[in-house]
Amino acid sequence: MAVVHIPALLRELTNNEGSVEVEATTVREVIAQLEQRYPGISERLTEGGRLRKNLAVAIDGEIAILGVLQQVKADAEVHFIPAIQGG
Amino acid sequence: MSYQVIGTRPVRHDGADKVTGRAVYGADTQMAGMLHGHIVRSPHAHARILRIDTSKAEALPGVLAIVTAADLPHPGDRMVDLGEGLTRLSWVHGNVLASDKVLYAGHAVAAVAAANAHIAEEAASLIEVDYEPLPCVLTAPDAMKPDAPLVHDDVFMQEFGKLTDTPSNISDHFRFEIGDAAKGFAKAHTIVERTLDTSTVHQGYIEPHAATVLWNNDGRVLVWCSTQGSFVVREVVAAVLDLPISQVKVTPTEIGGGFGGKIPVYLEPVAALLSRKSGRPVKIAMSRKDVFEGSGPTPGSHMTVKIGVAKDGKIVAAQANLAYEAGAYPGAMVGPGAMCVFAAYDIENIAIDGYDVLVNKPSTAPYRAPGATNAAFATETVMDEIAEKLGIDPIELRLRNAAKEGTRRADGPKYKRIGCVEVLEAMKNSAHYQAPLPGPNCGRGVAIGFWFNIGFSSSCTISVNSDGTVNLVEGSTDIGGSRTSISMQAAEVLGIKAEDVHPTIVDTDSVGYTAVTGGSRTTFATGLAAHDAAKDVIRQLSVRAAKLWEVDSELVNCQRGVFQSGKHSITFKELAAKLEETGGPVVGRATVNPSGVGGSFAGCIVDVRVDPETGKTDVLRVTSIQDAGKAIHPSYVEGQMQGGTVQGIGWALNEEYFMDPSGIMKNSSFLDYRMPTALDLPMIETVIVEVPNPGHPFGVRGVGEANIVPPPAAVANAIHRAANIRMTRLPMNPNAIMEEVWR
Amino acid sequence: MSTVRVQTTINNQPTEFLCEPRQSLLECLRELLKMTGTKEGCNDGNCGACTVIMDGRIVNSCLVLGVECNGSEITTVEGIAVGSKLHPIQQAFLENAALQCGICTPGFLVAAKSLLESEPHPDEQQIRRYLANNLCRCTGYDKIIKAVQQAAGGAQ
Repeated sequence: MAVVHIPALLRELTNNEGSVEVEATTVREVIAQLEQRYPGISERLTEGGRLRKNLAVAIDGEIAILGVLQQVKADAEVHFIPAIQGG
Repeated sequence: MSYQVIGTRPVRHDGADKVTGRAVYGADTQMAGMLHGHIVRSPHAHARILRIDTSKAEALPGVLAIVTAADLPHPGDRMVDLGEGLTRLSWVHGNVLASDKVLYAGHAVAAVAAANAHIAEEAASLIEVDYEPLPCVLTAPDAMKPDAPLVHDDVFMQEFGKLTDTPSNISDHFRFEIGDAAKGFAKAHTIVERTLDTSTVHQGYIEPHAATVLWNNDGRVLVWCSTQGSFVVREVVAAVLDLPISQVKVTPTEIGGGFGGKIPVYLEPVAALLSRKSGRPVKIAMSRKDVFEGSGPTPGSHMTVKIGVAKDGKIVAAQANLAYEAGAYPGAMVGPGAMCVFAAYDIENIAIDGYDVLVNKPSTAPYRAPGATNAAFATETVMDEIAEKLGIDPIELRLRNAAKEGTRRADGPKYKRIGCVEVLEAMKNSAHYQAPLPGPNCGRGVAIGFWFNIGFSSSCTISVNSDGTVNLVEGSTDIGGSRTSISMQAAEVLGIKAEDVHPTIVDTDSVGYTAVTGGSRTTFATGLAAHDAAKDVIRQLSVRAAKLWEVDSELVNCQRGVFQSGKHSITFKELAAKLEETGGPVVGRATVNPSGVGGSFAGCIVDVRVDPETGKTDVLRVTSIQDAGKAIHPSYVEGQMQGGTVQGIGWALNEEYFMDPSGIMKNSSFLDYRMPTALDLPMIETVIVEVPNPGHPFGVRGVGEANIVPPPAAVANAIHRAANIRMTRLPMNPNAIMEEVWR
Repeated sequence: MSTVRVQTTINNQPTEFLCEPRQSLLECLRELLKMTGTKEGCNDGNCGACTVIMDGRIVNSCLVLGVECNGSEITTVEGIAVGSKLHPIQQAFLENAALQCGICTPGFLVAAKSLLESEPHPDEQQIRRYLANNLCRCTGYDKIIKAVQQAAGGAQ
């Protein structure tokens, strides 16, 4: 089971749960699972089938280069964080 | 690991061109029939555009084209992908040429192309623009007030994807929370809370933006420009002009500094329109005033940081409130700032609120570790205060709290292998930190900072020459010697000398997609692409050797440029001479989009003397310490550390956008926007720490950025020790210091 | 605007050009003579990227009018190398990695050459003072100073 850490501003949708276990093999499935449990959360995370602008997903601390298509191993940690560019 | 090329200091491949004046930078392009463009910019910080009359300008002899936003295709609701996610095309479009409103003094409104720059400038002054000035906002606190004038009528605050229904200058609010900060503070022995402000500063690259564009008769738009990302220019020009990507070809010239400020696109779409109207190539180069007022400085900020510690200095809770000025369009890098603000420390209870705030200033652009320097100024001065209150050595305090592999950051993910402790230890053991201070009114300050570094895509091909050298083709514009660090990595794999790799940086038609030269990614990612392309060459050459020896290619192995199988042996150079007879050319290729990026910690130790009567701060001694993972070319790693440190010193002591209350920048020249000169500084000592990044074959961590993060706080802490004043505002110029002294 | 005929010697070559009175020497070099080695960083004398040697002393060519150069001897970055051999100051810059983006390098090379011609063994402070009008944003000046020290024949 992957552990999804819920961003602070989305905890209003998850009854204040800070982290949630889901059964999923891709980020897309993770979000679909979350949406099933907490309706409305998907549109906070995605737009047009992709991660919202300026948002990235980290799996076990690594930025997912495939975004929603990235594979998620069992017992991985998933975080939704600001996308970083550089200067 | 002993290397033959990695870690050496060859002369850079573009050296001869760069020291003879032959290297062609953005403004150096010459084409037959070329016109010069000049951009008309708003004199108001916020105004409605009522009317633009170009008739007098059109009548001036030598004027061949004039354009306004009306000449651009309507952006509609389209989003554009600039390689880091989607953004509203109308914002990019609006910053290139304003349509109904100007949002900052310097906002581009129209452009002229003429036979020479003088006529173009004269014509620009003949373009009549009627404005209806509007009230403006210039700081985050002012812009966040409920009755503040709105920069945009159609920007609504969003909180992680949820829009409110009232337009606001706060385009984004987000929050990070781990543990329970309130509970943590309740248990603290000592709490320090400070509110700090930083001013808008500019990256200060010496080369102004410049681009030459030809809208060719076959419909292709050909661009030559100074840029950190030729593929980004292609993307933006195609999106703004509503063309298929393949209709735009971008050839990067050499670039005279960027630091993040040459990632956004300003001139190219305008020059393209002028070229289409006139049928001629058009060159536009920004003046220095235009650079200050019309490109993208980095956010000013208003921050509150609160840290609570136990009696032994262990942090029990930390809280931050960061409001960053985005300028005229959303996108202040407050997210990364919030991710970095406590990144050096292992803290269980954290709460951070970040606000991306619109103001009537130029739309901000990245500047070397964007967002992190502001945040570190806050945290590292608060930590200094705590160290003093508890009587703990400032480096020791940081060591007690240092982030390590497995530490959870405020934004959630746990660190992989990182060098925070190693950098702090190196600081503690440095010659500088052990040395006594030189005299009265002197003080020493320390600080530490972090930057993630990015990965993203790079492509590379390597073809083998019959004389045992190779040609390496890549697409990363070379701002600081990267073509050499990339070549060195290929050379190491191939077992040849760095001088035997001939790198070329090519246009967007000639190489696979390559992301920007920025984010400390180039030596890491394009180096990795070169490494992988070199491995491909080795694989192919092994097959050739196998043919020569009539053995199975599986039985051929290659070590340091020597191919062997049983008792057969042949060097890279010898085999390169036999390509024709074994099947023809050998070209290796690779394209990467790597994970395994390694973040970098950087420390700064600075000694200052503060004149108690004038407030002038002299920098007496500086040391920059940084974790490079593995320094491919140590001279250029040192160079990055020194350059970033000096930019940080300028940010600390003198640099700011001095705006009058109506939003006009009063110091838009190098005379009054005061960057450090050779006379202001001592030598910049460097200590390269190497905690290898497991995600890269040579252990590389990007080094370009983290070094700018700690200097402002280190200087502030040094000033405190020297003059017994706690500065909470940047820049800490003589005026500001004396005000604090007299308080 | 009518043009004026200007006769100069640039990098030891007799050079003639026609320019308008409003054109700076910088503009004449870059636009008329296609010598783009000298750079424009600010066009108001505050960055030194346009430094050339004029009649024995360094000037910001953006602050000199083309028409003021009649009869003058000018040295630009293009005139520092001796044929196809690099001058010691150029070699020192490369060996010391005294350039990153390189845009300020022509100005520094001209200024450093001029310094070493008048002061063959300057100390660190003298070098810094002489080069104070040349801005560099990439290097923090450290390696530039070391390159000049090397070209002068040994660090002080």
